[in-house]
Amino acid sequence: MRRPRISLSAVVWLLVGAAYFMIPLLATFLFSVRDAQTGKCCSLGAYGVILHDPEFWTTIRLSFRLALETIVISLLLFVPTIYWVHLRLPRLRPVIGFMALIPFVVPPIILVVGLLGFFKDTLHAPFWYLGNPNYFLVTAYVILAFPYVFFSLDAGFRAIDVHTLTEASQSLGASWRTTLLRVILPNIKVAALSGAFLTLAIVMGEFTIATLSAFHTFPTYIQYINETQAYPAAAVSLMSFGITWAAMLSLLLIGRRRRVGAAVTIAEVGH
Amino acid sequence: MAHVELRELRRSFGAVTALQGINLSLETGEFVSLLGPSGCGKTTALRLVAGFDRPDSGSIVVDGKDITGVSPNQRDMGMVFQAYSLFPNMTAEQNVEYGLKIRKQPKDGRRTRVRELLELVGLADAGKRYPYQLSGGMQQRVALARALAIEPSVLLLDEPLSALDAKVRVQLREEIRRIQLELGITTIYVTHDQEEALSISDRVAVMYGGKIEQVGAPAEMYGSPATPFVAEFIGTMNRLIATVGGDGTIDYGGLPLRVDAARGLPRGERVLCLVRPETVDIVLANGVTLESGVSGEVISSTFLGSTTRVRVMDEKGERMLTADLSTVEAAALTVGAKVVASFPPDSPRLLSLADEPAFPVLDPDGQ
Repeated sequence: MRRPRISLSAVVWLLVGAAYFMIPLLATFLFSVRDAQTGKCCSLGAYGVILHDPEFWTTIRLSFRLALETIVISLLLFVPTIYWVHLRLPRLRPVIGFMALIPFVVPPIILVVGLLGFFKDTLHAPFWYLGNPNYFLVTAYVILAFPYVFFSLDAGFRAIDVHTLTEASQSLGASWRTTLLRVILPNIKVAALSGAFLTLAIVMGEFTIATLSAFHTFPTYIQYINETQAYPAAAVSLMSFGITWAAMLSLLLIGRRRRVGAAVTIAEVGH
Repeated sequence: MAHVELRELRRSFGAVTALQGINLSLETGEFVSLLGPSGCGKTTALRLVAGFDRPDSGSIVVDGKDITGVSPNQRDMGMVFQAYSLFPNMTAEQNVEYGLKIRKQPKDGRRTRVRELLELVGLADAGKRYPYQLSGGMQQRVALARALAIEPSVLLLDEPLSALDAKVRVQLREEIRRIQLELGITTIYVTHDQEEALSISDRVAVMYGGKIEQVGAPAEMYGSPATPFVAEFIGTMNRLIATVGGDGTIDYGGLPLRVDAARGLPRGERVLCLVRPETVDIVLANGVTLESGVSGEVISSTFLGSTTRVRVMDEKGERMLTADLSTVEAAALTVGAKVVASFPPDSPRLLSLADEPAFPVLDPDGQ
């Protein structure tokens, strides 16, 4: 079979698009490999500085842990909720969809001020809660990740016949828990992963809430390096980009594996 | 004692009454179809039996035990759905095995049972395929195997063939019946397709407006419809709105027609005279006069394969009869030919319209 021809204009636009994204990265990379003493190419010293800085490892570990905690809490909270809304309370879906837009609309600076005021002045939350990133920051990040997790999961649930799958599972003797774990969850896996990776990307890059609530996370570390060291700043920016990119690529690969499977034509086996 | 009993089941959704107190009993191993148009309550009734919905009142009894309040996963009923319901993340084998795993059956026993069931539905080689690798017909076969795997006391089928093409539908419905007879499993089958219901059921319950209009064997439903609706819904029928005349006749728009069933009925009573097209005979007029028949001309002739459907209308355009004739016989009856249509006096069935003053006049195809 002949491959479809790609027109010249399409190729030109593709190159323009690629250049738009690649040139800043290339420039950052070229800047990051300059020698700290001479300012000339090429040295991996800036990467060495970052990789040998214990603060890099401390903050990246913290941010990863916060991201994982946020992902786990978000999925535990939202998967059963959205499942139930799709199954039994479909009228609530637009309401939750509207609520999910609020973190998009409210700037993080307002969110953190509001949250701090709410927890400190209204709830009188103790210091062990407010002073520990695993508690306060994760609470804020769950709110921040809500739209991403909700819209990903919502799309996942809409792509399957929740009612029929649930009823089929129940008619075979399965409980609600078994149905959720063995039937529903595996079929919204890609949507859950999508929400999880978006959450990871957000938490790994979230600066405002962390800095205003006086926590030192990976984004605040990047900011510190940016202010103090030029070449390592470019290096750490690229490394940060690489982490996010790797997360997205893994999502893409998982999604593609399923799509390739789904695209198999069954002509030879059809009755 | 009946195996399954539906007693006075009622269900409303807001202002809409879906079921108005239906009663139905099934013997062990019986295949009963709930047949009716969209919105008649047949799926609602099936969902109540499955436990996916609760009735407002009434009860569901299986083997003498009231299971109305029992949750669906405790009811021991297998169900095949209208929509493709295989779990997309599992292969055909895993789908069939799912219910057995839930029941914590030993692995060896599970494997053997899965193999047997896939063989039973003719998919022994498709066990490793995922649902997206199976055609619609194959998916429904696997769904049937999955429902049967748990050896349910009752099998429920909710229009399982409606998404399939005509050829596969006929093939699969015969297989469903074969398997049901082989396993002797009590089955409730919901469909809106009368041919499907009549061809595979022991009994058919025709539903309309949330009520069961008539329950009976397929031949009985076809030959002796108890209500105008059943007559209209099952098969093709000539429906002649007439009044009872004297001496075994009816008055069809001023034309006397001999109908044995009219004997003994009060003269002047409004009746619906039901005549199956296959009992109607048509001959070329050529000076023929019949004691009882509609004289007119052929207004349409529709080729249906081995038979041809011929419609005859009288000169005034008020009276019409439809006949299903063999195609060979119908060859001479071209559109416009002057003919006489008649039927044996013992073939029509009469239903009183005394309580139904505004019974609609529909064409014989029920359209």
